[in-house]
Amino acid sequence: MSTEHTHHDHSPITAPENPPSYYEIMETAIRELLLEKKLIGAGEIRRQIELLDSRTPAVGAKIVARAWLDSDFRKRLLADGTSACEEMGITFYDSTQLIVVENTDTVHNLLVCTLCSCYPRPVLGLPPDWYKLKPYRSRAVKEPRALLAEFGTIIPENVEIHVSDSTAMVRYLVLPQRPRGTDNFNEEQLAALVTRDSMIGVVRANQPSNGEPQ
Amino acid sequence: MHTMMPIEKRIVQIVTGPGETALFKSGERVRISDRLPVGHYRVPRYIRGKQAIIESVIEPAAINNEEEGFGRNAGIKLHYYRVIVPLSELWPDYPASSNDGLHIEVCENWLDLL
Repeated sequence: MSTEHTHHDHSPITAPENPPSYYEIMETAIRELLLEKKLIGAGEIRRQIELLDSRTPAVGAKIVARAWLDSDFRKRLLADGTSACEEMGITFYDSTQLIVVENTDTVHNLLVCTLCSCYPRPVLGLPPDWYKLKPYRSRAVKEPRALLAEFGTIIPENVEIHVSDSTAMVRYLVLPQRPRGTDNFNEEQLAALVTRDSMIGVVRANQPSNGEPQ
Repeated sequence: MHTMMPIEKRIVQIVTGPGETALFKSGERVRISDRLPVGHYRVPRYIRGKQAIIESVIEPAAINNEEEGFGRNAGIKLHYYRVIVPLSELWPDYPASSNDGLHIEVCENWLDLL
């Protein structure tokens, strides 16, 4: 690679034009103070960012795909989500416990945090913005069927909806139903059908045919 | 989370300390307290005073994070329970015939046996 920066097909890299918000200033001030007083090191902050960046819906999708393929793992996962995930090298750095709830022909699960934005970060990463907003948080427990319908998910009347509201120390992960027509799929192919939203329970896993949510 | 051995397999003479043994069992009916303490308590207002069924005991006992949030944790642990509140119990306009339910974890000190 040339040391000279010759290509110019991107806009110049500049700092954001908007002045930092109240909380951004507060975060910067506290971070700089902690660094200055040597209570934490810059390396620790970088490490924490790397930790958070390493947790994405792809991690959750691997868990789901393995559970679809390995019935013993599925049983362990449903009995004790934390330890089953630890088998896969996933750590629970935020001291939360994981309960995995399974969608079946008779039960559909939906996750929410009505108090704030508790989310299974160790296995899914950061929550989507809508998950943190009040309309989602209130409607998930008040009118889950209407909310799901807006996501395009119509739940038949004879299927129970279980809404898990995470409030304290437990986080939840939905194990979606394995789509039909995936008998010959390997773990990687199955994981590709498992979206973030399907593990929150607002949609089903993607169908193999079209790759689109139903 | 750890699953406890069935009772018949445990060593009989073991006496447990305060808070170590869960007060409630799955299937029992409880009422969620209708208290209004000041602060950020982890029991949403919309479930306070409602009846619920214990779905499962969350093992092991854990720090009462409400107390911890106020810096008052003296190492006391209590059990959390996953409880079920029917949505028809929560909301008057929810179809009474529906089996849809709210599943939520509540700390032992917010539950009373019915």
